[in-house]
Amino acid sequence: MHRITEFLIGLLFGLGLLLSGMTDPAKVLGFLDLFGLWDPSLALVMCGAIGVGFFAFALVKHRTTNLLGGALHLPKARQIDRRLLIGGLLFGVGWGLAGFCPGPALVSTAAGEIKALVFVAAMVVGMVLYGWVDRRA
Amino acid sequence: MTIDWTNFTPWTSLAGGILIGIAAALFILLNGRVLGVSGILGGLLPPKAGDAGWRIAFLLGLFCAPLVFRFLAPASFVHAPRIDASLGLLIAAGLLVGFGTRYGSGCTSGHGVCGISRLSPRSIVATLVFMGAGIATVFAVRQLF
Repeated sequence: MHRITEFLIGLLFGLGLLLSGMTDPAKVLGFLDLFGLWDPSLALVMCGAIGVGFFAFALVKHRTTNLLGGALHLPKARQIDRRLLIGGLLFGVGWGLAGFCPGPALVSTAAGEIKALVFVAAMVVGMVLYGWVDRRA
Repeated sequence: MTIDWTNFTPWTSLAGGILIGIAAALFILLNGRVLGVSGILGGLLPPKAGDAGWRIAFLLGLFCAPLVFRFLAPASFVHAPRIDASLGLLIAAGLLVGFGTRYGSGCTSGHGVCGISRLSPRSIVATLVFMGAGIATVFAVRQLF
């Protein structure tokens, strides 16, 4: 049962990415081109998503279980540390170079885009590399 | 700054954002998890026993999205992604995104959508940092070089 809801939520999330324009790197770069010809569309993606998400997270804030009575896995980290800042910085540079973040890159790979697959392969290597660095730290 | 009115798509972007928000809402309400793609994928590298099924189910759903979208959406909504970066740049960018999202514990979905939705100071800072870095990178690539 859970596997079905997870599948459907993944599907819905992907449909949202496709409809919103997030899966088109040229459009993402247009949004990041704040000092050039700026396409504000993706600010509306964020507003739409946060506008809905806000209520869901407010609803679980004082709960100890999810609505089905299962476990609630909320992040426990609170600190704004070096890792958060450096990680965000490296991610942002990569995002600005290609216009892909993880979700949209996976969706475009599934759509059969070879260039997206190249990006995803490198992204997976980057994630594995993180696991290696993390185990040594 | 000049606004690019010709490429501005307020309605489809807002509607797509609402779908993304509904997906994130259902994930925390029904599955009790934060919808963060880099974390969901990264948690499979390597997979851990008892913690892989939900990740794979979510990713399979994500992978079916283009096919279902082509079937559901009017033809004028279906666009091929415009990927202008060279292969070398895609590899460099992929490495940075993969390492950076794991090192910083999240990406656009986990920090940007879910983290800001739950008003997490960590996620608000992370989102400002990666958006700022993305804007600075595009500025450098398009205006300085």
